[in-house]
Amino acid sequence: MPILQVDSLRKSYGSLTAVDGITFAVEKGECYGLLGPNGAGKTTTIRMLYGYTPRDAGRLQLFGLDIDEQLRQIKSRIGVCQQEDSLDPDLSVRQNLVGFARYFSIPQTVAEQRADELLQFFALTSRASDNVRVLSGGLKRRLMLARALVNAPELVILDEPTTGLDPQSRQLLWQKLAELKEQGITILLTTHYMEEAERLCDRLVIVDHGQILVEGEPAKLVREQVGQSVLEIAAPDAEILDILKKEDCRVETLGKRLLVYLQDGDELFLRLTRQLGTANCTLRPASLEDLFLKLTGRELRE
Amino acid sequence: MKLPPLAPISFRCLRVWQRNFEIYRQNWKISFVPPLLEPLLYILAFGVGLAVMVGEFELQGRTLSYTRFIAPALVAVAIMYNAFFETTYNSFVRMYYQKTFDALLATPLNLEEIILGELLWGATKSLIATLLMGGMISLFGLFDYPGALLLIPLALLGGLCFAAFGMICTALVPGIETFNLPIFLGITPMFLFSGTFFPLQNLPGWAQGLAQLLPLTHLVALVRGSALHLWSGGMWLSLLYLLVFAALLLPLAIKLMVRRILH
Ligand SMILES: Nc1ncnc2c1ncn2[C@@H]1O[C@H](COP(=O)(O)OP(=O)(O)OP(=O)(O)O)[C@@H](O)[C@H]1O
Ligand SMILES: [Mg+2]
Repeated sequence: MPILQVDSLRKSYGSLTAVDGITFAVEKGECYGLLGPNGAGKTTTIRMLYGYTPRDAGRLQLFGLDIDEQLRQIKSRIGVCQQEDSLDPDLSVRQNLVGFARYFSIPQTVAEQRADELLQFFALTSRASDNVRVLSGGLKRRLMLARALVNAPELVILDEPTTGLDPQSRQLLWQKLAELKEQGITILLTTHYMEEAERLCDRLVIVDHGQILVEGEPAKLVREQVGQSVLEIAAPDAEILDILKKEDCRVETLGKRLLVYLQDGDELFLRLTRQLGTANCTLRPASLEDLFLKLTGRELRE
Repeated sequence: MKLPPLAPISFRCLRVWQRNFEIYRQNWKISFVPPLLEPLLYILAFGVGLAVMVGEFELQGRTLSYTRFIAPALVAVAIMYNAFFETTYNSFVRMYYQKTFDALLATPLNLEEIILGELLWGATKSLIATLLMGGMISLFGLFDYPGALLLIPLALLGGLCFAAFGMICTALVPGIETFNLPIFLGITPMFLFSGTFFPLQNLPGWAQGLAQLLPLTHLVALVRGSALHLWSGGMWLSLLYLLVFAALLLPLAIKLMVRRILH
């Protein structure tokens, strides 16, 4: 039985369909990614999972329980880190955790112990008595995450947990998320960092305009849909374009740059560089970002 | 206007109350000052300054100094202010700027419990103000006991009424500046024309009738009647008015907030 089962989920705001029939399932112990451009409907989907946003249609089951019947019980077993900070600015760092535990009816002594563990886990112990108002953005994000774990949830739902973090904090969070996964905690994650999704997610979906474009394991998806590697050619001339036209491969022009998607091996790469010289060519492995851009296009979202 | 049915409400609403109470307790030194000092200012201004001009006058067969007349009204006004400002500005900040309700909705609490917790907290602030102000006023011998003890339940009842009124405003205003409107159209007229600073009988007939529609009029009547032992049958009607007002506005406030926040 999956931990989270989302079935034909739908939500409209007036004439705008934010979530347009999304179906996926997250298995126990899995880290599942929800990717998509701005406005794709990720946050709306997540908000429906904890009953913040009422859904228009579809079925939602968590832990095998129906959200319409057992919302309270479901909510006591999940932890949510919202996209926007919702820390209590009137309270200190530690109080934010201890106070939040009360909403889950966790006894005071247990809550305090749990809070101290989490402060330690997220390297916040030295800031325990600071007011939340004075924390930097990155520290706030870490505290949001710590707070999402205060009830020892079986499923944590993280809406862009690493947005706005410096590389150090991001590395720390990745490590912590990996540790959570080892503890058997199921994770649903949204992120705009493709590298993060590649590293952390066992499976993921890419959504756009409220619809799922693709689902699967990141490495496999990239291999199947983009290829092995990408050859980037800076400032290509007519000769290069001519040669490429004869080859059987996908070519994309980005202003003054050319991207050549190579299916397997470096055979084509060797042949091309022999003819062109390697001066302006860079070969790199195909990435999730390539897949993401291929599926969702390169236009900015409004 | 279609309103959602209420979800079941449990003891969990007290957790929200508790959060607000603890923050209040942390700042109690500052929070306690206004309710303690305010009556002193009024007693000084009215008792020393204005009372000379007004002198003593007769009310329900008793001779009262002007200071004694307005002292209970000061408490009634404090009940209104404390609850109303808590569930307007403070609740709005928590809802809109601090996203507190967003965070709480991811816990076993439902929105109905969160809003009820806020309303109960608003009424509690009225109660705290009443205890502090009432205590201070009693030091000057301006209240009669045991009648003045009734101010405790009256503070809670009045507090709930004005907390609900405030919360309805919070559910309807587009932004925090808009609270000026209900204050200008509702709170300030009530402050002036609810029998607070002069007996309603001084008003023309039509205005007296209008004043009877205002909740503060009835709260002032109850508080003054109790604190000065000026009992009258009309107090039962005032009590009934406030009970009905609370019974109607509390669920309405919760429903309007649910409609505002969940969409
Ligand atoms: N309360 C609301 N009222 C009206 N429209 C909304 C509301 N919430 C979201 N939307 C719209 O629904 C769409 C999906 O929004 P959503 O926040 O789910 O996107 P997202 O995938 O989380 O984007 P981002 O990556 O920018 O966080 C957007 O077009 C957004 O403007
Ligand atoms: Mg979002």
